[in-house]
Amino acid sequence: MGTHDTGSPYAPHTPSERNAMLDAVGVEQEADLFDIPADVRFDGELGISARSEQQVRAEMREVLGENDDLVEFLGRGHYDHYVPSLVDHLADRQEFLTSYTQYQPEIAQGFLQVLFEYQSMLVELSGLGVANCSLYDAATALGEAATLASRVRETSGARVLIPEQLRAGKQGVLENYADGADLTVETYPMADGAVDTAALSDTIGDDVVMVYAESPTVRGVIENSLNEIGSLADSHDALFCLGSDPVALSVLEKPAAVGADVVIGEAATLGLGTAYGMGLGMFATREDFLRQVPGRLVGASEDESGRRTYTLTLQTREQHIRRERATSNICTNQAWVALRAAIHAASLGPEGLVETATDCIERTTAVAEQVDDVAGVTAPVHERHHFREFVARTDHSADTLESELADAGFGVHAIDDNLLQICVTETNESAVDEFVDTLQEVTQ
Amino acid sequence: MNDDTPTSDRQQNDRQDGYDQARWTDGDRYEPLLSEKNSHEVSVNTPLPDDLTRDSLELPDLSEPELARHYTRLSQMNYGIETGPFPLGSCTMKYNPKFAEDVAAIPDAGVHPDRKDRTLQGVLGVYGTLQEHLAKIGGMDAVTLQPPAGAAGELTGVLIAQAYHEGDDRTEIIIPDSAHGTNFASAAMAGFDVVELPSGEDGRVDLDALEAAISEDTALLMLTNPNTLGLFERDIVEISEMVHDVGGLLYYDGANLNALLGRARPGDMGFDIMHYNVHKTFATPHGGGGPGAGPVGVREDLTEYLPTPHIRGSDDGYERYEPAETIGKIHGFGGNWLVLLRAAAYIRRLGDEGLLDASAKSVLNANYLADQVDLEIPFGPFHHEFVASADDQDAADAAKRMLDYGVHPPTTKWPEIVDEALMTEPTEVENKRTLDQLAAAFNAVASEDDETLEAAPQRTAAQRIDQVGAARSPRLSWQALDKE
Repeated sequence: MGTHDTGSPYAPHTPSERNAMLDAVGVEQEADLFDIPADVRFDGELGISARSEQQVRAEMREVLGENDDLVEFLGRGHYDHYVPSLVDHLADRQEFLTSYTQYQPEIAQGFLQVLFEYQSMLVELSGLGVANCSLYDAATALGEAATLASRVRETSGARVLIPEQLRAGKQGVLENYADGADLTVETYPMADGAVDTAALSDTIGDDVVMVYAESPTVRGVIENSLNEIGSLADSHDALFCLGSDPVALSVLEKPAAVGADVVIGEAATLGLGTAYGMGLGMFATREDFLRQVPGRLVGASEDESGRRTYTLTLQTREQHIRRERATSNICTNQAWVALRAAIHAASLGPEGLVETATDCIERTTAVAEQVDDVAGVTAPVHERHHFREFVARTDHSADTLESELADAGFGVHAIDDNLLQICVTETNESAVDEFVDTLQEVTQ
Repeated sequence: MNDDTPTSDRQQNDRQDGYDQARWTDGDRYEPLLSEKNSHEVSVNTPLPDDLTRDSLELPDLSEPELARHYTRLSQMNYGIETGPFPLGSCTMKYNPKFAEDVAAIPDAGVHPDRKDRTLQGVLGVYGTLQEHLAKIGGMDAVTLQPPAGAAGELTGVLIAQAYHEGDDRTEIIIPDSAHGTNFASAAMAGFDVVELPSGEDGRVDLDALEAAISEDTALLMLTNPNTLGLFERDIVEISEMVHDVGGLLYYDGANLNALLGRARPGDMGFDIMHYNVHKTFATPHGGGGPGAGPVGVREDLTEYLPTPHIRGSDDGYERYEPAETIGKIHGFGGNWLVLLRAAAYIRRLGDEGLLDASAKSVLNANYLADQVDLEIPFGPFHHEFVASADDQDAADAAKRMLDYGVHPPTTKWPEIVDEALMTEPTEVENKRTLDQLAAAFNAVASEDDETLEAAPQRTAAQRIDQVGAARSPRLSWQALDKE
């Protein structure tokens, strides 16, 4: 890199090349090419000092090292499953990582096929006819589900019903999407961590366009009334949107079988691990709503040679064609995260997925029992089936315990005055005994 | 001599410089689907009651070596920035530095967002510094990193404008006809009416048209500068005054910020709100369509509207807090963290001089390439990108033919203000030799007949794909294929 002492290390011009190019365009320096009026030109310094590659890596390691070294028992919508080495190595192939959206499908068959396979996996997991090839995260997928509902149930009203126990961030995003579509978001009560169907029945009416429920819920409860919720929604001509994730869906009843019209959720549960909340919005729905689906869709076609190929399709739904009448404003999505999730799912295969999911049930039960054995702690608080995580009640302030556990090297959620939430997967299970011992110490 | 001779001669005659993409075939398909290689239905037995579980799960079932080969072959049938030039206009396809991948893979980056702030100082420190760097680059007072893409940034900005105007009953957002489709869609998503502004004869905002469009109903004017023709909106100060005089706000779409790095800042031009596309300007990988990130910058008095949580310095380092008038959430958590981390590393690597050089070389490259291309380029002077006209050729066909020359074609048929548009942005990462190769491809295609163009591409994995058929009878999963 000796040809340029200053400047961008990724601009490869040698001095003689640069001169030849300046000559060709007839200027003495690049600055002469800028048509920026003097009164808005910036002549100051930004004050960002350049670093060598080695320095940036060292600096970033040092800054990130400021994170405390915690064993996280954290979930509530963002989960850590073990990601096989295969995923990183294949996903990092530059042909995938550095490619663009597949607007020239003839030169992008590889990525298109991966996305087609991803969509197909979601079709199998959801039992619904159509899945798109990604939204940003579960929260924005929920927002998109609500606006879809407002389009396909336009005449029936403007209420969206959500459970009172829901991640605040998810509700916040939903409300921002709902406002613009003139929808109002209302909560319905829960009983012992699951949907209170009697209360839902009282809340619902013909002016409801969508009922949202989760399984597992934000507290890790496996919902046992999905059929009833689906029927309630249906009887009021409202859509039933179910929130879940691909690991849970590997064993839970198919959403289509309980009457779900839309399935959303966090698909980065596969392929990414914890990444400060970065996600992958799963979105599947019935074929009836195909032309109302937000985001990109990959479809099969043929090429001139007669072979089966893949291409982005039904693009007239999208913003670059339909503009203000598009089904959504989404353009850039999470394609590469979808690729990672697909490789992870393929790597597990059906047996591995079922085993991973079954572990999320058995392990959670076992760990809840261990936690329940701690004096002054009750777990699980909800007498329900659980997936990955559960809530524990303590005699102490949950905030104080959260803080003391953090000091001892463990991360848990304090979700209420006396409620802790604990999430266990294969990535932290080896620390469970030590964690429970520590919990015992801090609750004494 | 053997019987192969005629074939060998033909191949010799057809040979062009460039690229033959790998092509794996299997009868009437290319690489078979995972499900076609091996699928397995397993029964589901869990501790749960049967009525809560599915009976079985059927998915592909392949060994690791088979999977490695599957995805490697698929990758070979895909074109990336390291394969060759990628001059897509308004997409800013830069080389993605490898070290940024290593930074994103630092184990300490893999943390959960629900930790307490004091245990999360590493992540919050990167957020804090990146917010500060982006604010300097844009001339803004505060920046949120939460929006996960440019369009999400637009929605954030539109919601901020809506909150700012609360009670004013301003219902309209003005957008030039040459703007990105996302601008229109984002405005509509927040419930605004879109007023489309026709471009002037010089390809820029027509001040008379703006005067006619603007009113007390105007909440926001969204502008891309340089615009999608690569032209700087010279009247930006006057535009800003006009919008502000009626009480509206001015929004900067950051898609083309690469042209201005270190030379001009939206904040100094009067923009109140802007988004940055880090997957464009700051070289994070496009990932086949995403993830990106679309941070949003605002002027001082809009800071309290930013999404929650926002991040600021505290006595002990950094903390998350809820701004007083926050618009709420735009992403379930903190956005596309691992993308932001790459961008933070890139900005630090380049510093002032590197950023200034990026805009210099991107504009030099666009101007040099335009000079070498024998097509009409109707507007100027342009900056980081130009829009050439394929003239009497179909731009989409011309683009398909360019694939045969081993280059990715430009964005086609947009903006519509140029007939048969070829919107071209080489970015700063190409050297003269590559630009000459690109120009040669443009010029060779321009001299070819329609028949050749319509038969293209020939050297990519797949030949021309039937798009109409794909949309007419949608088959969006292997289950749909199995039904046939």
